[in-house]
This record gives sequence, C-alpha cells and structure tokens, in this order.
Amino acid sequence: MTIEIPKEKWAGKVREVKIGATQADGGTRSRVVTLGGEAALPHLGFEGALPNPPVLAIEVRDRKPDDWSPLLVQAWGEAMQDPGDWARAAEAAGAEMIYLALSLTDSDGQKNTPAKARAAVRKVLDATGLPLTVVGPGQAEIDNELMVPVAEEAKGERILLGICEEKNYRTLVAAALANDHLVQSKTPMDVNLSKQLVILIHDMGLPLERIVIDPTTGALGYGIEYGYSVMERLRLAALQGDSMTQQPMIVTPGEEAWRVKEARVGEGVPQAWGDWERRSLNWEAVTASSLLYAGANILVLRHPETLKRLRGVVDGLKDPA
Amino acid sequence: MALTGLEIYKLLPQTNCKECGYPTCLAFAMKLAAKQAELKACPYVTEEAKVKLEAASSPPMRLIEIGQADHRLQVGNETVLFRHEKTFYHRPGLFWRLRDTEKPDDLKKKVAEADAYQVDYVGIDLTLDGFAIEAASGDPKTYSAAVAAVRAASQKPLILIVTSPELAKAGLEAAGDSRPLLHAATAENWQAMAELAKSAKVPLAASAPDLEALAALTENLTKAGLEDLVLDPGVANYRDSLEQLTIARRLALRKNFRPLGFPVITFPGAAGADETLLAAEHIAKYAGFIVLDTFDPASLYPLLVLRQNIYTDPQKPIQVQPGLYEINSPKPDSPVMVTTNFSITYFAVANEVEGSGWPAWLVVADAEGMSVLTAWAAGKFDAERIAKSIKGLGIDQKVSHRKVLIPGHVAVLSGELEEELPGWQILVGPREAVDISGYLKAMWTN
Repeated sequence: MTIEIPKEKWAGKVREVKIGATQADGGTRSRVVTLGGEAALPHLGFEGALPNPPVLAIEVRDRKPDDWSPLLVQAWGEAMQDPGDWARAAEAAGAEMIYLALSLTDSDGQKNTPAKARAAVRKVLDATGLPLTVVGPGQAEIDNELMVPVAEEAKGERILLGICEEKNYRTLVAAALANDHLVQSKTPMDVNLSKQLVILIHDMGLPLERIVIDPTTGALGYGIEYGYSVMERLRLAALQGDSMTQQPMIVTPGEEAWRVKEARVGEGVPQAWGDWERRSLNWEAVTASSLLYAGANILVLRHPETLKRLRGVVDGLKDPA
Repeated sequence: MALTGLEIYKLLPQTNCKECGYPTCLAFAMKLAAKQAELKACPYVTEEAKVKLEAASSPPMRLIEIGQADHRLQVGNETVLFRHEKTFYHRPGLFWRLRDTEKPDDLKKKVAEADAYQVDYVGIDLTLDGFAIEAASGDPKTYSAAVAAVRAASQKPLILIVTSPELAKAGLEAAGDSRPLLHAATAENWQAMAELAKSAKVPLAASAPDLEALAALTENLTKAGLEDLVLDPGVANYRDSLEQLTIARRLALRKNFRPLGFPVITFPGAAGADETLLAAEHIAKYAGFIVLDTFDPASLYPLLVLRQNIYTDPQKPIQVQPGLYEINSPKPDSPVMVTTNFSITYFAVANEVEGSGWPAWLVVADAEGMSVLTAWAAGKFDAERIAKSIKGLGIDQKVSHRKVLIPGHVAVLSGELEEELPGWQILVGPREAVDISGYLKAMWTN
C-alpha cells in the first residue's frame, strides 16, 4: 500500500542569525554559529529545509557560584575558579558556544564592577575561539552598568548580549548598536509579549537578524508545559509567516533544571526519586531535549554529561544525508 | 472526520416533525454536530444515513483499552497534533520489559518491587503502568510460567511479546482474563495471530518495518474482523521515530486514514539508544505505549513527570484554592508567607515548609493560577493583590507579630507592599522554594 506523506506548506521561515565574528569579519572567533533558517517544524526534514542544527552552549560564570549543586562543582572542578579556564573546559567538553553569566557580587559579597566584568569577558574571549553570549546578573540598574563596558570590551566579536526585558532593554540595544553585537530578549511565556518586545527592539534600529528570543521555559515538573506550548506556537506562527515571531529561540534548561529540588537536593527526599546524580542529570537532559522538539535553537546547559547526551540527540535528529 | 451541521442536515428527513425535541431538523443537525444530541432521538432517520453518520462520528484514532478491573489503561483517541490546539487526552502507558529467560521467582521479585513503585508529584500518585513479558526462550512452557509469575506479583496490565502463534497461545492462556496487549502480528504470521487475538478478545499490535507495510497489515487485520489494533513501526532512533510517528498521526487526524488510526507502541531502549531521552521524545511526540528495558526510579520519575506535564490540559491551569493554609499547626508567633495559587508553586512551597518542620501560615494569593514570576509580569501578583489577601484572611487576628515573607523573585514589591500594609514589616524570602528551610533557620527570629 502506498501512502502519501502529509506535508505542510509553509509560507514563512525562521530568520537566520549569525553569532561571532572571525578574523575575516573583524573579530577573533575561530568559528561562527548560525542559527535558524528552518522552513519546517522542528526536525521534520521531510517537510522543508533545516539548514542549521540546534547549538549546544555551556553556561559559565565570571566566578565560582555559591549556590550551584555540588554535582556541578564536582564536574567542572578547579576550572570554575576562573572564567577563562571554565570556558576552555567547556570547549573541550564539546560546547559550541559559551554563555557567560555575570554575577551580582564578587566572592566577598562586594558589588560587581564594570572593570571586573570587562576582565571576565576578556578572559573568556582569550581562552576560546567559540562565539559568546554575555548576560548581566538580572537587575536592571546593575545590568546596564556592567553590560555597556562588556559590549565595548567585545567590540568586533559579534557577541549576543542579554538580557533585554520589557522593562529594561534600551541601554542594552544601544550598546549592541554601537558595538555591532546582537541581543537576547526575554519575555514570560507569552507569544504576544515576545512579539511586542522584538518590535520594540527592532524599532530602535537593530536589524531582526541580530535578535534571539528567550520565550522562558520553566523546568520539567515546574511549568515546562507552558514554555513548551508557547515555543510550539511561536514556531508555528513563524512558519505561517508572522514576521515578528521568526527569531531563533535560546532557552536555558541548565539553569531551569538545576535550581529545582529534584536536581539540587540529594538527601531527605523520597526514595522513589531514585539515585541523586542520575536523577539530576536526567532532569537537565529531559528538560533540554523536550525543548528541542518545541523548536529551541540554542540550548544553554550546565553539566558536561548533559552536553554529551544532547549532542547524541541533536546528531540523531539530523538529516542522514 | 466530523461532519458539519449542514452536512448532517442533508442526511436527515427534513420534515421538521419536532419529535426529536428540537424545533427543526436543522436545529437538531446543529446539536448533533456539537455532540449535544444523539441520532437515536430521530425516529425517522434512514438506515443509510445512520451508517454514514456513525462512520463519520467514530474517532480518527481508536481508543485501546487493556488490563482488568481497577488496573485498566486507555490510550489513543487523540484528536490534535499540538497540545495547545486542545489537549492530549490519554497518557501513554509506560511498561517495563522482562524476559522469560529469567527464573519465575526472580521475575516475581523484580515485578513486585516495580509494581509497588509510586511517586508523588503535586499531589498526584504516579506509577509504572504495567509489564511487557517477552518470550525470549522460544519455549511455550517457559513463557507460560513467566507470565504466570508476573501475574502473581502484579495486577497491572500486560503486554505479551511473542514471535509465534504457539508462544502467543501459551501467553494468552497464562494471562487468563487480564486482557493483555498481544505483540505482534507480522506479514508472516498475521492470520494465526488474528485468530488468537479474536478468540481471546484482546488488542493486537501489528509490526512492520515501515508505515506502508504497516498500513497494509492493519487493513488485513481489519478485514479479518479485528478492531482493536496498535501500531509498531519498529522505530529505533530520534529522527526516524519523530518522522514516522508524526506522519502516522497526521494521516490519521488530518486525512482520516483508517489503516493508521491506532495508537503506537515504541521500544526506546531497543537499539542501544539513550533510553531516557528517546522515551522522552516518544512522550512528547506521539507514542501510546512505551516499553522500557530498564526500571530505574532516577529515570522513571522524570519521565512520569514529563508525561504528566505534556498531558496537562492547557485550557485548565492547574491551580489550588486561594486562601490561608496552615502548615505544621502554626501558632501566633509562626511565620507568615505569601505565594501564588499556581498548583506547582503551591506544592513546591508547601512541601518545602512542611519538610522543614517549621509551623507556618501560608497565604495563597489569587494569581489566576500563575507562578510567581509569570503572575508578577502579568500584573496578577502585585502589592495590591497581596495586601488584599492578607487583609481579607484576617491574619492580624491569628498572629502576634506583623512580619510577612514574600518570594525573593518579587523583592521589588516590598516598598509598595509596606505602603499597602501599614504596620507590617515586609521580609524578602528566597527566590526558590528549596531554600525556604535554610532561610527560616537563618533569618526568622522571634
């Protein structure tokens, strides 16, 4: 019996976005990552072109975080003491991109400073040739104070700057415009809010080819279904031709998964949760892989083992040709 | 495929006799289309129309039920490709595969342990759905003893994995009236398997290397009189699974293609894949029965939670009743804490406080079922709402202090809240529920 494969005809596709600049483009990166370009639903290659597979990034911090799971501390070891070493270890583990998150304070509890932020970015840029994302600590005033010098420090490297939120995006967008970078926008699990922020950023003069969106996802067991469906809806809208939804999506399953109790706590939890280490790794990997099916273009992970497993999934989803 | 009201109207007598209880045949047709009336209310409908209408109203993907008494499992009858379009209705069954090459006593022990497995997730008990027993020995007697051993240790639904009618017969006899799923009919053995499934009145899985061969096989089985079928397209990797299961579901739902209008069974551990992650794909994208080769709570728990999340009805945010919750018998000097009525948020906080041993008053504000950050961003968890909850619940009568703890994620609300709640001191708690116990230990002093 012959069956006709039901293919959807899509009017639109996801915008192609390039992060990083090699020497030829005035930077020092050894490679560029290209996101987006999909003319089909996630990983359905029989339906349309999928030119750029999802990118796996590792989150590193400008200093060793105080509150990360001991399992993560064990995995990265001494490398966590220095952002350059950490980034190098991440590259060695197979990361295609580094996601550098700046801390609110230094290890003595003193407020982070522009000079320290610059130094951390410089270390990472010098340590690896991978394209880079840098995000602030997440408090508007300090973000703006730190991220403008960061944008200057990385001028020419075409890095992704984050995080633009509805209440605080102007300074970051201006810094991206002035230094030829890209920005990451973030909105709370809502298709319209996501579109609206892309419009606001674009209205400031930043080309759409320089915006990556984070629709916010939640972790497995903690609301992932909301983020998952918003991502599916964004991707469907993009393929149907809604221009302001056609941005590639960055998601942070590493951060989401490792802050929940199932991953963080090893003792005093129900026996039915199983072995702590395997459970934690599964929590991050299942959160991350679910988001792949919803259309994620960049997965920001924390554990090297998760990176390895997701590499297997991303490669396994590729067109065999 | 569902008919519209007008299409149904054309099949009705169009006499407007009103005997069905509706003023006109058109009104009745509209009610039928909306599934708010039944065709039998019309005494004059022709046999021909009846057949057409019944065929059109049967679901594009068949509902399959296995198991017995209190341990039934229903899968299939899905109506959409994306959960946001409506909802996914029947959670895929998660099974553990065992082989009859193990001794019956060992099987009993393993099954009893897995049968007792139960994990609480936001107040819901999650469990393994059943056991698949493979006739790997090739010997009917050995197989029969293995099935009997599993049945002795668990009443959960069974899947019998057999390659020949002889083994099927032995397995079905040992399974008695437990209504297992028989796996599988192939192009070579389907006549005999069909006979066995029919006489035992059990659903039958059809196995073929690709969807075309599978559709040909289910057509044969349907012609042989079987209605309850399950598809096994033999998928073994991420890409192949996603493509084949998507195509099968699209054909069933969009094209009303009957030969593939059945739930799918998968074996994510079969080809040496990362079983947990391939199973996760199968949960998100379209499997009906998922047979695991390993039983490991550290993997099963996240998979059960993923299944629960993906199959949550997106139109009904899971929420708890706003109000004052008393945890660990609080006293007048116990802490007062505020959170939202999104049930995942509520359970995360309530479980944490309960586990910490601290008595506490938990104020659950009406944030329309959203989590702290989402509700805050949407303006459903602001100073005014929090103040209203605290005032409305008469907490000032219950506690001797005037301190209220708000989630760290909404630290920015503390100034406004101080204005809304004169005389109260606003304390900023941790961002994540998991840190509540540590926070209380360090910060709460009376």
